[in-house]
Amino acid sequence: MAILNEIFITPFVDMAEAPDFLMQVLWEGLVSGVLYALIALGFVLIYRSSRIFNFAQGIMVVFAALTLVGLHAMGVPAWISVALTLAVMFVLAVSIERVVLRPLVGQPDIILFMATIGITLFLIGLGEIIFGGENKVMITEELGIPTGDTVLEPFGGLLILQHLDITVVVVATVLVVGLLAFLNYTRMGRAIRALGDDHQAALSVGISLQTIWVLVWFIAGIIALVTGIAWGARAGVSFALEVIAYKALPVLMLGGLESITGAIVGGLMIGMLEKLFEIYWGQPLLGGNTETWFAFVLALVVLLFRPQGLFGERIIERV
Amino acid sequence: MLDAAPTEESLLEVNNIEVIYNHVILVLKGVSLSVPKGGITALLGGNGAGKTTTLKAISNLLHSERGEVTKGSIVYKGERVQDLEPAALVKRGVIQVMEGRHCFEHLTVEENLMTGAYTRSDGKAAVERDLEMVYDYFPRLKERRKSQAGYTSGGEQQMCAIGRALMSRPDTILLDEPSMGLAPQLVEQIFEIVKAVNEGEGVSFLLAEQNTNVALRYAHRGYILENGRVVMDGPAQELRENPDVKEFYLGMSDEGRKSFRDVRSYRRRKRWLA
Repeated sequence: MAILNEIFITPFVDMAEAPDFLMQVLWEGLVSGVLYALIALGFVLIYRSSRIFNFAQGIMVVFAALTLVGLHAMGVPAWISVALTLAVMFVLAVSIERVVLRPLVGQPDIILFMATIGITLFLIGLGEIIFGGENKVMITEELGIPTGDTVLEPFGGLLILQHLDITVVVVATVLVVGLLAFLNYTRMGRAIRALGDDHQAALSVGISLQTIWVLVWFIAGIIALVTGIAWGARAGVSFALEVIAYKALPVLMLGGLESITGAIVGGLMIGMLEKLFEIYWGQPLLGGNTETWFAFVLALVVLLFRPQGLFGERIIERV
Repeated sequence: MLDAAPTEESLLEVNNIEVIYNHVILVLKGVSLSVPKGGITALLGGNGAGKTTTLKAISNLLHSERGEVTKGSIVYKGERVQDLEPAALVKRGVIQVMEGRHCFEHLTVEENLMTGAYTRSDGKAAVERDLEMVYDYFPRLKERRKSQAGYTSGGEQQMCAIGRALMSRPDTILLDEPSMGLAPQLVEQIFEIVKAVNEGEGVSFLLAEQNTNVALRYAHRGYILENGRVVMDGPAQELRENPDVKEFYLGMSDEGRKSFRDVRSYRRRKRWLA
């Protein structure tokens, strides 16, 4: 009985008794959630336009962050480093299209997936050769990202908002909204969506696969840089950053691989739910550290009931 | 039906092309044809005759299916085009409407049409004007402009695919099997629109069709393909009256219904199969 009580009653009593703490937990979850959503968006874009599951998204985050920090260490001013890093990500996108994707056009999906594993290994090697394997510190202050905090007192309690986190949420939101507008209202965006629906037809109306692929990989590169800065500022820049991209996998399972809305909602949901679970159930009952597996188990449960994910594209079937 | 006279000037010349898939499968064994400016040319033949392959060889969509033109030449407006990207061909005015429509099903009908204008650089106003032009030819599409294309009917999807091609301001449309899976009445309607576009916009058509009857009523000229070769060609009127075409493709015969036993002797009499 006691255990049932602890599962079903105590957590909610705690939440009700300390609403300020609940808000703090939700806020922390939201910040991670926004980043998960952003990375998931990178996956979704590449998947929709080329049916490639991009295993290299995680290492791209690391590579972008390393390049930024590395350039700054060489004495390049912070904002110019950002611009140069973007240029590097563009060159990366062009090379991936030329060297890896173009020769593999028309091959089965699994081969392209294997190719992205190859890209991952290559980037790990390249990153270590150029920048070394040791941990680095993100150039947060040099980029002008505020590091203070704001203390609010809702319900007579205490709510601490890191300025860094606020910046992350704002920037990520702007990026997501911009991306959505781009996809829905521009010629290129329409072409990306068209390519996701039907390759052959896209070719037939003169949409060039090469251009679109470079474009989506570059967008994935921009997303990687933003995530790299945000996560690097909280946890330092190392190859371990790659892990946060794998956190996007349950987001994709939950949201569906093709759905942009799914990536956003899925990311936010997983971010907040895993924090809530950790604080109110994980730590008191399971000894904590549930964040590493909670999202995957949640995704598994969702998949049992909705194999296409919560927001996966409805398979349009006419009879 | 033969009033919209095609000019003598030839727009597209296909000279003796051979197409091989996957380096081993020989599909076209020397196909030659010519598409006159302003005409409707029909490419006829049964399943597997090579109609679709011929069209894809011209529009250069073969590459993504691991096929290639190994012999012969394809010349459009005097320029050899067989090594161009599909996009470059669309810019030059040749666009293909693929068999089975291939609309972008998660895009709305209007977004589908707009993707047709992807390669254009002549400004928003011109594109808007052409959108209205397409809606004039296909009033049905205007009604369904906000619907997801995947949820529209087969006939609407065919209209959407043709309209999308029109949005690229083409000189030549390669139209693959427009009648596929449509009710006879709709087929007639689609062909009427093809004729109207041909006459109204001066767009030339090369259309692959299994429905020989309809195709020969609307086309000016026809080519009959069998086993990857052109076995007969001529003005549509002549083909319609040719006794062999009547027998094998139009299902009409002067001698009345034959029994199944006679099929063998039919084959022997197909003299063009030499």
